[in-house]
Amino acid sequence: MKPYLREFVPTAFEDIPDATAYEAGYLVTKNAGWRNVRPVIDSKKCVGCLNCYLYCPDGVIYREGNKVAIDYDFCKGCGICRKICKPGAIEMEAEK
Amino acid sequence: MAVNAKNLNETEFFYGHKACAGCGGSLAVRIALKVLGENAVAVLPAGCMSAVGFNFPQLCFGNNAIISTFAGTASMLTGVEAGLRAQGITDFHAVGFAGDGGTADIGLQALSGAIDRNDDILYICYDNEAYMNTGIQKSSLTPFGARTTTTPAGKNIRGNLRPKKNMFEIVAAHGIPYAATASVGYLNDFMRKVEKAKSIKGTKYIHILAPCPTGWGVKTDETVDIAKEVVDCGLWYLAEYENGEFTLNHQPKEFSSVESYLRKQSRFKHLTAEDIEIITQSRDAKWEFIHKNFN
Repeated sequence: MKPYLREFVPTAFEDIPDATAYEAGYLVTKNAGWRNVRPVIDSKKCVGCLNCYLYCPDGVIYREGNKVAIDYDFCKGCGICRKICKPGAIEMEAEK
Repeated sequence: MAVNAKNLNETEFFYGHKACAGCGGSLAVRIALKVLGENAVAVLPAGCMSAVGFNFPQLCFGNNAIISTFAGTASMLTGVEAGLRAQGITDFHAVGFAGDGGTADIGLQALSGAIDRNDDILYICYDNEAYMNTGIQKSSLTPFGARTTTTPAGKNIRGNLRPKKNMFEIVAAHGIPYAATASVGYLNDFMRKVEKAKSIKGTKYIHILAPCPTGWGVKTDETVDIAKEVVDCGLWYLAEYENGEFTLNHQPKEFSSVESYLRKQSRFKHLTAEDIEIITQSRDAKWEFIHKNFN
């Protein structure tokens, strides 16, 4: 579970919350456009140590079976995962 | 069993935020909330983490979170804790995340008051060594020699003239039940400390060094490496204070080079050999003190 992306289309005054915020975990914009490079995981080299998942400042790397996968909607391409990965399973590729 | 990457809560409580790529502060908040779980009630003063977490209509926190006044992190934590307790709610953790300015300068009075009352709260200071959110102004936790926009490096002065305030020992001097230092380069140590703080009644304080690529002048992928290196070269240390005693958690076998650590960051690039010698000597004096007074 994590905060998820939803459509933000308030049409009536009632759609605006009384408080200064919507409910917890209310996301309406992606961060994908911040990225010049994207991390790509080579699942053959991945040993499932989870260091990339632990050290990702945005928490976009999640567990999938014994390996990990990336939520590209919110990855900013900082490259910490590539550096922390001891087996070298993560490469940064230029965004086209 | 100690909390680690494998048994850590898989839920993300700080997600989709607008922090710069490679932000150390957001990593500290994310990991602390994962250890504390969904019943954490987070209080954030003005600072990076509130600026990047609450962007209406977005709310990047998956648990309860609120923005406090800049000076009032600890006093709002006191109120949150007392309010929930008055409603008969016991299963929660009131946790504050303030930056170095919001802790050591602006929020120090409120924090001191909360420790004095021994309110049952956890205060986490993510220390990126300047007021990064407003554009890198010096705080009292900015180290000697660092260039900021208010301590520029030029003909007359070479960056910050004053050493870093010793916040950990200031807090410990209150006789607080639990205080600790940490670094985002050593997350297993940090997670253990948050887990420990969770189980202690009374005021808890954790001071985590969280590099800021933007303000420190390092690449976005170097955050974790530089946070490790600052511990390895002895300019930061991992320690705890409990039952009136200091304990050192990590003793580097041999210090790595202070110069190599400083030269990687553009905020220190103007430093002369004499400046680096001053920094090295202050490190050695600090470690002499640590060896004398810490277990």
